[in-house]
Amino acid sequence: MEWRWDFTFEILPRMLWATGNTLLAALIGYAIALVVGLVFLLLQQTRYRLINFLVREIVEFIRSTPLLVQLFFVYFVAPQFGIILSAWTSAMITIGLHFGTYLSEVYRGSLNAVPKGQWEACRALNMSATRTYFRVILPQAFPVALPGMGNYLIGIFKDTPMLATIGVAELMHTANALGAETYRYLEPYTMVGFIFLMISLPTAAGLRKLETAVARAQGQNK
Amino acid sequence: MDTQNPQTPAADGPIVQFRNVTKSYGALTVLDKLDLDIAQNEMVSIIGPSGSGKTTVLRVLMTLETINDGVIYLDGAPLTHMPKDDGLEVANEKYLRNHRSKIGMVFQQFNLFPHMTALENCVEAPINVLGMNRDEAESRAIDLLRMVGMEGKKDEHPSRLSGGQQQRVAIARALAMRPKIMLLDEVTSALDPEVIGEVLNVIRSLNNEHNLTMLMVTHQMGFAREISDRVCFFYDGKIAEQGTPDQLLGDPQNERTKQFLHAVLDAN
Repeated sequence: MEWRWDFTFEILPRMLWATGNTLLAALIGYAIALVVGLVFLLLQQTRYRLINFLVREIVEFIRSTPLLVQLFFVYFVAPQFGIILSAWTSAMITIGLHFGTYLSEVYRGSLNAVPKGQWEACRALNMSATRTYFRVILPQAFPVALPGMGNYLIGIFKDTPMLATIGVAELMHTANALGAETYRYLEPYTMVGFIFLMISLPTAAGLRKLETAVARAQGQNK
Repeated sequence: MDTQNPQTPAADGPIVQFRNVTKSYGALTVLDKLDLDIAQNEMVSIIGPSGSGKTTVLRVLMTLETINDGVIYLDGAPLTHMPKDDGLEVANEKYLRNHRSKIGMVFQQFNLFPHMTALENCVEAPINVLGMNRDEAESRAIDLLRMVGMEGKKDEHPSRLSGGQQQRVAIARALAMRPKIMLLDEVTSALDPEVIGEVLNVIRSLNNEHNLTMLMVTHQMGFAREISDRVCFFYDGKIAEQGTPDQLLGDPQNERTKQFLHAVLDAN
């Protein structure tokens, strides 16, 4: 079995089109997870202990079960209870919920990292709760959350091949299909790996640049 | 000092009145039925061993913490409570926001906003809480930073400043809110010895040149003696002894005070 460049170029357009779907799935999934994470965080800090407790348990449950199992439940099991969702919708809901739990922990950790004295200074200056959050607490929590948030962006991106199992036409799914059509697996899967690498590496580098830029904008020597 | 004052304060009476104030954490009582009056423009120092409740006096007055019993009055009106029908009920956040702006506080750990420059630290609350326009807030903040000797560092972030410099900015920040009372919570305890002097100088000039009421928790006995109108020795959540600096530090009557002063002076 040797590498065939003519075949590589022949399948390139389909692979690139699938790359678009992979990116779309990762970005939409991430956007949903960012919001879901915030919702999970806030729902654990309500004045109602029961709600806080229940949401905490739900978050723990989602965090402790595999993404693939959750994906199968939403796509294959839910229809048996009358909830029928498309592959894309199932994928986005599952990724959003699953990574939303991780992100809520990132948010929580970053808020806890802001010293108590900052809250007290705001109170001593008679600042409102809203001002305290938006002018003092969140700007300090954000740089702490940024590395974790960046990791999960890349994490979601690298987990998108799982969506192939429910038929979302992303990279892995396309590579599977090409393999089945041509009986050549070397080029399609190598290309999948290479494309992921070509996107992950610059993204990680860009995120590190962003962390430094944010730190510098806030006067930290980094 | 007379602790048998009537329960309702007169408008021209003491600016701060603690009446029967109790603060406890679970089984631990930190303030025990405390009565304390601070007069207008008075400089009061609080000394005492750790755990005696001295910092808690400042924290409950700043309304950083609630009290379990008693009432604190500020400038003739209840602070920790608000009028309801004929009596008082525990103050809500709205009431607190309307009343605590008369108090400013400087912390042991400075608590400057690290993502803002010295100047931004000093204009944030005046603009957003007092509703000042930016030009006015900045020119006042620069005046205050000049007063504490930090005008030249106004565009630096706290991470670029020494502890003493940060604390001076923190004093300017608190003053920018035009408080009637300044609470100073062990403001030199986190500082290296060589920069303590610069912060004490700022407090000295505040006391001499501005008619501010000040309540200061400190371990600097010499400074307390020099600057205070009155020194209170706290023990077990109560004022065990109080008097003029010369009385209390020079000729203490209470055994606890004597022991404490011995221990402190030996350590120095």
